[in-house]
Amino acid sequence: MTYAFQAEGLVKRYGKTIALDGVDLAARPGTVLGVLGPNGAGKTTAVRVLATLLRPDAGRAVVGGYDVVRDADQVRRRIGLTGQYASVDDDLTGTENLLLIGRLMDLRTADARVRAAELLARFDLTEAAGRPARTYSGGMRRRLDLAASLVGRPDVIYLDEPTTGLDPAKRDDVWNMVRALVADGTTVLLTTQYLEEADALADEITVMDHGRVIAHDTPADLKRIVGGQTIAARPADPARLGDTGQILAAVSGHQPESPSRGVLTVPVPDDTAFTEAVRRLAAAGITMTELSLRLPSLDEVFLTLTGHGADDRQEAGV
Amino acid sequence: MTATLTPPAPAVAATAPARRPFRLIRHSLALAARSLTKTRRTPEQLLDVTLQPVIFVVIFVYLLGGAVAGSQHAYLQFLLPAIMVQTAMFASTAIGVNLNSDIKKGVFDRFRSLPIARSAPLIGAVLGDVIRFVVAMVVLIGFGTALGFRFGNGPLLGLAACLLVLVFSFCLSWTSVLIGMLVREPGAVQGISFLIMFPLTFGTNMMVPTDTLPGWLQAWVKLNPVTDVMEAARGLMLGGPIAGPITSTLLWSLGLLAVFAPLAVRAYRRRT
Repeated sequence: MTYAFQAEGLVKRYGKTIALDGVDLAARPGTVLGVLGPNGAGKTTAVRVLATLLRPDAGRAVVGGYDVVRDADQVRRRIGLTGQYASVDDDLTGTENLLLIGRLMDLRTADARVRAAELLARFDLTEAAGRPARTYSGGMRRRLDLAASLVGRPDVIYLDEPTTGLDPAKRDDVWNMVRALVADGTTVLLTTQYLEEADALADEITVMDHGRVIAHDTPADLKRIVGGQTIAARPADPARLGDTGQILAAVSGHQPESPSRGVLTVPVPDDTAFTEAVRRLAAAGITMTELSLRLPSLDEVFLTLTGHGADDRQEAGV
Repeated sequence: MTATLTPPAPAVAATAPARRPFRLIRHSLALAARSLTKTRRTPEQLLDVTLQPVIFVVIFVYLLGGAVAGSQHAYLQFLLPAIMVQTAMFASTAIGVNLNSDIKKGVFDRFRSLPIARSAPLIGAVLGDVIRFVVAMVVLIGFGTALGFRFGNGPLLGLAACLLVLVFSFCLSWTSVLIGMLVREPGAVQGISFLIMFPLTFGTNMMVPTDTLPGWLQAWVKLNPVTDVMEAARGLMLGGPIAGPITSTLLWSLGLLAVFAPLAVRAYRRRT
C-alpha cells in the first residue's frame, strides 16, 4: 500500500503527561484524512510530529518516503502547514508574506512574485495584497495562512482545525478550498472537533482521544457505528408532543427521547426517514418550530465509542 | 522505507538545493529584510534606542559632570564613548524579548516547517536588529555634538569606534537570543537581561577613572571586558592607547559569538 504520509506508533511525552500514546495515522495520495477529537486528544501534537516541528519519543513517521526526523529537510520541501492560529506576519502585507515564504523555499524572485500573485488571486486577496495583514479580518487571515502554506506546491498539507472560530459562511469557504486542493492531487490531513466537518471532507476518519486512536474508518462506516443521524423535533404546540412522538417512532422504529422540554430526538438510519417524518408531520397538521436532521455531535460519538463524553475527560481519568 | 510517493511537483523539483552556506546566507538575509520591514512599519519600537542615549547624556553629564570632572564639557568628552557602548549593550537586550514573544505567535512554526536552516531565523533577526544600534549611535553622536562633543582623533577613527562597538554589540546580541530561547515569558527575558547588563556596563571605568574605586571594585573593572570596549572606543574617538583594548574587544566579540550563537541555536531547536 502506498501512503502519502504514514505514522506508526508515535509516542510523545511531556513530563508525566502522555500527549501521544502509540498513534498510527496514514493517508493515500490525493485523499483527505480527517483526525477527529476533542481539545487535548493529541491531534495537534501528531500534526507537529508529521510537520517535523516535534521529535517523537518513539515510533516513526514518513512523508513522501522521507523520515520526519532523519530527512526533515526533504519532508519540509513537500509539506504545507496551516495551524489553528493563522501564522502570518501581521506587520507584512499579504504579498510580502508570500514573497518571504517563496524566497525561503528557494524560488527565484520573479517566480516567487508570480506565485504570490497567483495565490492571492486564488484566495480572493488581490485587493488586500498591499495591506499589512494586521488589517485583515479573521477569514482573510486564514486564507492568507493557507496561501502561505501552498507557496511551495506541497504534496501533503496539514490543516489543524482550519475552521475553528469561523462563522458558517467562512467555514464553507475553507471547505471549498480543501476540496479544490484535493482536486489538484494534494493529500490533506485535517484535524477537527466536528464530525460534520470530517464527514463532509474526509475519505477516512481517525478518531483520537487521550493520545490514542480509538477508531479508524470511512465516514459512512463510522456513522453506522455511532448511530447515523438524529432527528430533532419541537412542535409549536406542546400539546402535539404525543402525536409527534408517535410519528417519529413509526418512521424510525425507535422510541423518541426528550433531551429537553418540548423537544424530541430519535436516531434514524438514513435521511429517507427524515423525508418521511416531514411528510407525515405535515399530513397530521402539526406545525414545527424546529425540525432538523443532524449528525451525532462529537460528544455523542465519544459516548458511543468510549462510554464517556468528550467533556468528561478529567473525571474519566487516563 | 515502506512508503513511497509520486515524484514531487515540478516546481519543487526545479529548485535544486544550492550549496548549504550560500542558502543559509540567502535565507538569513531574506529574514533580516523581514525584520527591517517590520521596524519600518512600527518605528515606535525604536523609541527606546532614540530616547535612552539622550536621557543618559543629560543625567550623567549635567547631574554628575560638575562634581566628577569639574567641567561638564570635559566630562561629556570622557563619558560619551562609554555611553555609546552602554547604549548599544542595552539595545542588544531587545532582541531576546522580541524573539521570545515572536515565537509564541506562530510565525516561527511556519519557519520551522520550511526547508531552511534552523539558525536562519535567528541570524536574520540579529542582522535585522543592527538598525537599532545604528539609530542609537546616530542619535547619541548627534545629540553629543550639539552639546559640544568633538572627535579628538578625527571623524574616520570616530567612525571606526562606532563600527567596533557595532561588532561587539552584534556578537553580544547572541546572549540575549539565548536568554530569549531559555526563558518562558518576555518580561522575564527583559529582567534577566538587565540584571546582567547593569554590572557589566556600570562596573567599568565608564563614569570615573578606575584608580578612584575601592580595591575589590577595581579588580572587577579590570576583569570586565566591557572596560576594554569602552577604552577602545575612547582611544579611537579621543586619542590614547588603542591596540590593546581593540584586540581584547575583538577577541571577546569572537568568543561571545562562538559560544553563544551555537547555544542559542541549540536552545531554539529544543524549544517547542
